[in-house]
Amino acid sequence: MRNFARTDSHTLASYRGASGYAAWQKAQTMEPAALVEEVKKSNLRGLGGAGFPTGMKWSFIPKTHTGPVYLVVNADEGEPGTFKDRYLLERDPHALIEGMLITARAIRSALGFVYIRGEYVQPWRRFSAAVKEAYDAGLLGKGFDVVVHRGAGAYICGEETGLLSSLEGKKGWPKIKPPFPAIKGAFGQPTIVNNVETLCCVPPIIERGAAWFADLGTKTQGGTRMYSVSGRVKKPGVYEESVSITLRQLIERAGGVTGTGRLKAVVPGGGSAAILTADEIDVTMDVDGCRAAGTMIGSAGVIVMDESVSIPEALLVLARFYAHESCGQCTPCRESTGWIEKMVHRIVHGHGRKDDLDTILDVAKRGGGTTICAFYDGAIGPYISYIQKFRGEFEALCRA
Amino acid sequence: MPKVTIDGKEIEVEAGTNLIEAARRLGIEIPHYCYHPGLSIAGQCRLCMVDIEKTPRPTIACNTPAADGMVVQTETDRVKDTRRSIMEFHLINHPLDCPVCDQAGECWLQIYYMKHGLYDPRMTDEKVHKPKAVPLGPHVMLDAERCILCSRCVRFCDEITGTGELGIFSRGDRSEIGLFPGQDLENNYAGNVVDICPVGALTDRDFRFQVRVWYLDATKSICPGCARGCNIDIHVNRKRPHHAGGRRVARLKPRFNDAVNAWWICDVGRYGFDAVDDPERIRFARHGGVDVPLDDALGLLVAALRDHAPDEIAILASPDLSNEDLFALRRLAEQRGIRHIAVRMPPAAGHADDDFLLRADRHPNTRGAETIGLDGDVAAVLARARAGSVKVLWVIQHDLTASGFSPSDVAQALERVGTVIFTGTNENATSTLATLVLPFAAWVERDGTFTNFLGRVQRFRAALQPLGEALAAWDLFSRVLGMLGGTPAGGRAELWFRELARTVPAFAGLSYQSIGDGGAMLAGAPPTTAPEPPGRRAKAPA
Repeated sequence: MRNFARTDSHTLASYRGASGYAAWQKAQTMEPAALVEEVKKSNLRGLGGAGFPTGMKWSFIPKTHTGPVYLVVNADEGEPGTFKDRYLLERDPHALIEGMLITARAIRSALGFVYIRGEYVQPWRRFSAAVKEAYDAGLLGKGFDVVVHRGAGAYICGEETGLLSSLEGKKGWPKIKPPFPAIKGAFGQPTIVNNVETLCCVPPIIERGAAWFADLGTKTQGGTRMYSVSGRVKKPGVYEESVSITLRQLIERAGGVTGTGRLKAVVPGGGSAAILTADEIDVTMDVDGCRAAGTMIGSAGVIVMDESVSIPEALLVLARFYAHESCGQCTPCRESTGWIEKMVHRIVHGHGRKDDLDTILDVAKRGGGTTICAFYDGAIGPYISYIQKFRGEFEALCRA
Repeated sequence: MPKVTIDGKEIEVEAGTNLIEAARRLGIEIPHYCYHPGLSIAGQCRLCMVDIEKTPRPTIACNTPAADGMVVQTETDRVKDTRRSIMEFHLINHPLDCPVCDQAGECWLQIYYMKHGLYDPRMTDEKVHKPKAVPLGPHVMLDAERCILCSRCVRFCDEITGTGELGIFSRGDRSEIGLFPGQDLENNYAGNVVDICPVGALTDRDFRFQVRVWYLDATKSICPGCARGCNIDIHVNRKRPHHAGGRRVARLKPRFNDAVNAWWICDVGRYGFDAVDDPERIRFARHGGVDVPLDDALGLLVAALRDHAPDEIAILASPDLSNEDLFALRRLAEQRGIRHIAVRMPPAAGHADDDFLLRADRHPNTRGAETIGLDGDVAAVLARARAGSVKVLWVIQHDLTASGFSPSDVAQALERVGTVIFTGTNENATSTLATLVLPFAAWVERDGTFTNFLGRVQRFRAALQPLGEALAAWDLFSRVLGMLGGTPAGGRAELWFRELARTVPAFAGLSYQSIGDGGAMLAGAPPTTAPEPPGRRAKAPA
């Protein structure tokens, strides 16, 4: 976010004025293996949701492969409560291009694809203009090309293999793994899929060194990240903070709780993260801190709910989302997201039974871990945690 | 080759074999819906979960190649519980309309629910509704509510026929199978999607509501529709003759044979059995337009053959006859010294090889006829007839008037022949012109073998009794041969085959036992494999 303050931050001139593309200059003097090593040492972890160590992912490209390697940027930001990549594409598109150039050198890729969420019109315009600027300036087109591709409105296309299917012109169904994308990805070639924000972290790592980045964060995750804070806070928006910040501090940064002023619950990492109660917000907002608290940092979409918020209604919103967005490929996810939405709908509208709650919990647990992708495992985060932590509120709505 | 242990039993399999196939070889069934050995791996139904040692949770068997030292359990409590869950998910939006569903009795939802489900249903909400009774093409009907979205039919059209008519549209529990805009499922292999559909979503329009599947009996057979000789099962309805308007053959289904047709058959063959139960079947012998007892007709036939000089007699044999039939006919002709005996007809117009199984030669036994030595040209026989040299013309199964010969040539030939004798299964324009008509049993009513165009000898078996007084061709020829003073090989097709194997070198060493269910090659013919499906062939670069 270092460039966000300037109104023309999306232009090449402005980016260059703030020492933009200096990291790329430096990277060109480094061997690919050294770039991978530097990113490994920085403890950079994927910021799209899964939190996988970025340098390690890059090193999975088969060393013996002689054909093309693709770099795919996941800009299909769709996790409920998350809007950070949108700001990066709109306000710092050259940071992404620079990150892509360095990454492409590290993984020996000559072609990158940027898959932008269909609804992101302004981000797409801004990024496309930046790509044109980069071509005109000779940054792109000399050993590395970029193709900008727009999605068509499916959450599942943010899942990395669903994205690849869609990119290949097929229905956006996640692919069965193995093989993993680093072995056989886009168009059957080794492919690295990275999130927008993750790649935007690469230039500063190369410019200032892995140690500097690692020191910004915790022991197991380096750097800062962008938290999308929304809901009942005074100043909702995107906040760049060290990953060592606690959720309590982050809510204070966003101006504290509005509405009744009394906090009820927080979703720490986008819709698919398990909900935290007001007592559970002293959690460190990095990958392992959230994992230890039984939830996940995911895409760092923080949704704050004050005491006036109905948790069953909040769950209904998410249950409808998952039923709507399930791609329909795997039976457990296809069938039970719709079923659970019907049950939650019934409960919220006063036609629920208490045994519906046990049915939802049982169905969610049974379906967990049985599908091709992590979509359903994401969906059961809220199904289970909302009901377990706020069961009384659900039971109060049930008739029998 | 990797060695795996499945439920305590060890087996060595070729590298790349998945756990479903490895288990199958041990006699262990891992339940599955979307997996089909002839199609790519989809991994969607999630039913084939097994426990693999050192793996934290159940894993799908279809996408797991057997690895050396792998220890697999298919019946742990965890696996059974997962299966029960997956079955529940498959069925929550299923209409459970088994009483009116054609698939009932051969439905894998029913089978696996009884084997692996048996939970108490918990779904009390309104199910998702989707289109029902949607014709996808001339042969296939879709009920989208019954569909479990295994995608086998979609993959079949993509990977086997390469025609790509089907897709899965919409998302989540609204997903449904459908046709791409402007398409119809009318490729020549469309019927196969009904076979591979594990539930009642795709049903056969020809078979729908005709007869319940549990009244059917299956007999192993060979499709007589072309020279390929696809392996099939004939499903006949003997138990409820009043169903389906008296139609005895309910349907034909492909029978796996990786040397010939793999899992598939074409629609020309699949729906080409109408003649069997057609009202125009010849059931009784006829002389001068009047039904006569079979023995009388045989006497008239023998008299015609005996009372004319061999050179005045000509026989038009058919490549629809079996090896046994043709060999018995050869013996009969030898007995009387008849030399003018022909099989080869000009092909009917519009018949060409298709891009997969169907051959332009729509006769099952042309190669057999050639091998047995009955490969004379019909044109030469007709020329002799036109010249007035033929007094007795015995036409077997052919319809000369519908052949590729010019109608005036045929008419002229038939006019100049003194006696036209017809033997066959069904009436045609030639049978109505014949003085003497004798009935043959249809292919489903007799035993025999066909030799396909690559020299593969394959058995077909009687599934039904012949109609009326119809006889298997070899049986009729045997009787005539006996009446002419010859010695028939015996009263069963197998005995004629034994005689054939002793006489014709290409058949040497073959027997019904050695042919078995999969067929055997003629001596010197190289082994065959099923052709590569068009959907899998490398596309020419654009």
